[in-house]
Amino acid sequence: MLAPLSWLKDYVEIDIPAEELQEKLFSCGFEVEELTYLGKDVTNVVVGKITKCEKHPDADRLTVCTVDCGAHGVKQICTAATNVFEGALVPCALDGATVLHEGGIQKIKTGKLRGVLSEGMFCSGEELGINNDFYDGAEVYGILILGDEATVGEDVRKLVGIDDYLFDIAVTANRPDCQSILGLAREIAAALNRPLKMPALGYRRTDTDVKIKVTVKEPALCPRYIGHYVKDVKIGVSPQWMRRRLALCGLRSVSDVVDITNFVLLETGQPMHAFDRNFLRGDEVIVRRANEGEKIVTLDKKEFTLNPSNLLICDQKGGVALAGIMGGLNSEIKPETSEVFFEAAKFARDSVRKTSRALGQRSDSSARFEKGVDAYSAELAMDRALHLVEELGCGVPTSYRIDVNAADMTPKKIETSYEKINALLGIEVPRDQTNAILERLGFGVAQSGDRLAVTVPLWREDVDGYPDIAEEVIRSYGYEHIVPTFLSAATVTHGGLTHAQKTELKFKNTLKAEGFLEACNYSFGSPKDFDLLRLPQNAPERNAVAIRNPIGEDLSVMRTTLCATMLQNIVRNVRRGNDTGRLFELANVYLADMLPLQTLPLERKTCVMGLWGEGDFFDMKGAVEAIGEAFDLNLSFERAEKSFLHSGKTAAVKLGEKTVGYLGELHPAIANELALEKPAYLCELDYAALSKKFSKDISYRNLPKFPSIRRDLAVVVNESVTCADATACILRACKAVKKAELFDVYRSDALGSDKKSMAFRLTFMPEETAEKPLSPEAVDGFFHKILGNLSNNLGAELR
Amino acid sequence: MEENETLLSEAKKDADAAETSRALYEVKMTYLGRTGKISALLQKMKDAAKEDRPALGKKINDLRMKLEAHFEALEEKIKQRELEYKLKHERIDVTMPGKRKREGVLHPVTRVKNELIDVFAGMGFEIYEGPEIENEYYNFTALNTPADHPARDMQDTFYVTDEFLLRTQTSAAQIRVMEKKKPPIKILSPGRVFRSDDDATHSPMFHQMEGLVVDKGITLCDLQGMLDEFARSVFSDSSKTRLRPSYFPFTEPSVEVDVSCASCGGKGCSLCKGTGWIEVLGAGMVNRRVLENCGVDPDVYTGFAFGMGIERIAMLKYGINNIKLLTENDVRFLEQFKD
Repeated sequence: MLAPLSWLKDYVEIDIPAEELQEKLFSCGFEVEELTYLGKDVTNVVVGKITKCEKHPDADRLTVCTVDCGAHGVKQICTAATNVFEGALVPCALDGATVLHEGGIQKIKTGKLRGVLSEGMFCSGEELGINNDFYDGAEVYGILILGDEATVGEDVRKLVGIDDYLFDIAVTANRPDCQSILGLAREIAAALNRPLKMPALGYRRTDTDVKIKVTVKEPALCPRYIGHYVKDVKIGVSPQWMRRRLALCGLRSVSDVVDITNFVLLETGQPMHAFDRNFLRGDEVIVRRANEGEKIVTLDKKEFTLNPSNLLICDQKGGVALAGIMGGLNSEIKPETSEVFFEAAKFARDSVRKTSRALGQRSDSSARFEKGVDAYSAELAMDRALHLVEELGCGVPTSYRIDVNAADMTPKKIETSYEKINALLGIEVPRDQTNAILERLGFGVAQSGDRLAVTVPLWREDVDGYPDIAEEVIRSYGYEHIVPTFLSAATVTHGGLTHAQKTELKFKNTLKAEGFLEACNYSFGSPKDFDLLRLPQNAPERNAVAIRNPIGEDLSVMRTTLCATMLQNIVRNVRRGNDTGRLFELANVYLADMLPLQTLPLERKTCVMGLWGEGDFFDMKGAVEAIGEAFDLNLSFERAEKSFLHSGKTAAVKLGEKTVGYLGELHPAIANELALEKPAYLCELDYAALSKKFSKDISYRNLPKFPSIRRDLAVVVNESVTCADATACILRACKAVKKAELFDVYRSDALGSDKKSMAFRLTFMPEETAEKPLSPEAVDGFFHKILGNLSNNLGAELR
Repeated sequence: MEENETLLSEAKKDADAAETSRALYEVKMTYLGRTGKISALLQKMKDAAKEDRPALGKKINDLRMKLEAHFEALEEKIKQRELEYKLKHERIDVTMPGKRKREGVLHPVTRVKNELIDVFAGMGFEIYEGPEIENEYYNFTALNTPADHPARDMQDTFYVTDEFLLRTQTSAAQIRVMEKKKPPIKILSPGRVFRSDDDATHSPMFHQMEGLVVDKGITLCDLQGMLDEFARSVFSDSSKTRLRPSYFPFTEPSVEVDVSCASCGGKGCSLCKGTGWIEVLGAGMVNRRVLENCGVDPDVYTGFAFGMGIERIAMLKYGINNIKLLTENDVRFLEQFKD
């Protein structure tokens, strides 16, 4: 909300510097996002009177002027402008002055122009940063010629309306009443403890026979509609003071009648509209829903096709305005308009918002209605507009007013107590202070002992309970009065992480210990990601929850796999020269039962790991095994296939019979497509399923009485024999062998092309009940049994 | 017995010639090993006359002891020499890099989240995590933000259907908790939130941490007391908080909470734009309607709630100047957050 200081000063006496006012506003809840002194770039520019104009002796295009600058002395200034004349009052930038020039600031210095002394420069409107709305003549080609009201020697800023401060104030959504100069002035008055001066509202009513009927068919969408008929209208130009204020707030002047509606909107926050009565067919205004397919062309000449969710202001033939958004072109105010029907109404914020969004049509009016306009302001605004019509002399307000009011105009009453207010705040605000604060903000206060009855002003639709009253009190009284306490009255509670949260942290720390860096990606991705992963058309991953209003296609579907974003992370890192790394992410995938969603989707916590550069399949597998060990999970691995992984280097991770994930090398074709020169490895684990089986209850087991015995065994087998086959075969051979760990695989021409040697480290342990250690002879026996088993089942030979 | 003397002198000669402990061991085995020359002598004893055997045995034993003593002395000498050699010649370049396994790191957001959880868990807060795809009742309506409420515009919401949306705030968890649990309540709810905002300072996904306390006699003073404690734990021992009026539909009164700038100590610097304060979170006393919506009697209980952006706190704490860095996952960035 833009508010010029000069305008605020009309309604409240402000005698503190603008910066101090900014602080006051901040502490009562109105953050000034920007405070600008409009004249900051125009310095040392004064009114001068040209007393003599002579041709420059050496330049045809230059004129040498003698200028009386009052207290600043008489100066000689050379100019190329052709509109200067003896006797003209002009803005003179003196030596050392600054003015605006092509978007920057220009410094003016005394110098010589073609050998003739020039002690400054005459300014155009543009160089002062103003247009005609600030000062008539500002847009002429050449120098700004000032009017007779200018005093020789005075600072030009005040004269042209830039000796002013502009506050850009952030108004919170609960205070639509402060989307207006008057509303902000009321807050300032309360903060400074000064009276609020209301704008002039009076006007004379002239009799008329004209009657313009108003029929509101949708009182829920239009709770109040005030219309007023003005005759003998003569459309003209608004006075400078009004145009200047509109300009300060970023609006261009159109014509006096239209300017009045905009001025009142800024001043009171109530949007208004002016219809040319001669184009209101049938002298009736009907507020109704649009018919399906009904069309309207708005003032900006855009055509819209409507439907019954759009509220339309109509005459007896059809639409004349999109309610609360913009008037229709057919009834707009034209230079020849002679009769005007003013509208000040309250339209429901949701209705205006929906129509505005659906049509993509916005205006200052719709912005106000979306935030909420109270029913009280309609009358205030209408009176103010009619006063201005009379003041500007652009028409004659008549006695014909129609007010269709379905809104509840009884002020809200809140019965509460000082004790309740203080109990919420935790401090004791003196009662007289409480009363004074509320009264300053326009509340009615009736005190009876500790009881307090507050009457809420009609413009404060946001206030509806004692906590709101407490807030009004504390924001005025000052938050610095709050004394920090530490839950003095509260019950002691036992806090902390749940078991699930603790294990999640442990899970992350396990991967951290394996050298993985934790990544964080957006929860949404592109539908094209599924193509990148070469997922078949019927893959369940493709049933992703889609966002209806995504930022872009790349961020439009909720992830059903974390592999695509991990892959993007790897590619980004490699492109940036990070040629090795390990990343993991633990986040939800979103799995829908049915699309579109009927119930909340399953959010399944999933872990993805990525590894590139140094390391291979078995480094990734080692990380998975570390998880298994950390949580006592009996994980196993089986050869598997996945569309985006290398078909020979992919394993499913199994927990019992259930597949809980997979790992493997990125499909070489995809790696090629992504310009990854070295293999990358991916692993995705269903964390939710794993975490259900997490257990790590530590209970001590007796140490074995006798040491274990280790033996190495190397066997030659066919290439097709897997580590898992051999290990299982070894462990089945006898109970005493507790572990069989593969530590070497060796191939050579001597072994034969289809053969390999596998070396295992075997660990033998005596039974727990055994009385003596295993003898070397006993171990020899086990060893031969194992060898026999391997030979019979897998055709293995001792190497 | 010449034979024995010869054996002894031969053995001594062989032993003295040995330069390494390995060579000496070989020599020793030649004489004293199981199949060595001394053993052979003992074997031969079987051939001697019975009466000669004890004397013979004694002699061989003497010989063996002499030899053992000799080897022992030599062993000691060689060991000493070898040790000296070792110390003199085994030199490593101690400036070469050490061998180690590289540890990973937790994401800075996780770090800050854990730190916040530690602070509040110590104050008796439990942790609750709600769903990320929410229905609009929990995200808005129950939080006193009905469909036509302008506050819905304060946040640009990603919708999935008319009913379902990506939660815009962890405040949604407030309702889910209060529906199940009755006061006293002290809940902390961290998680991902989503808003359709994407520019230099906004990310369409970020993390929030919501806190909720509901009990008898909770006041605004308690809110500030707790937030002071939070600021001291997370920023610095001398941190202070400042409350100023604001608006959220689900709290009344609502406040914006600023923390004194840790970088300049409140004097004003570029980080705090010269104000000495940094906006860190939003908070307020829980709106009566919200309590009512959850079946908590607002005439008996009061409460406060606060919500903060974890990324914002991480950025302030670590001096990260661009929110996008947090989702780029560049390993050079992440590695800076090692423990």
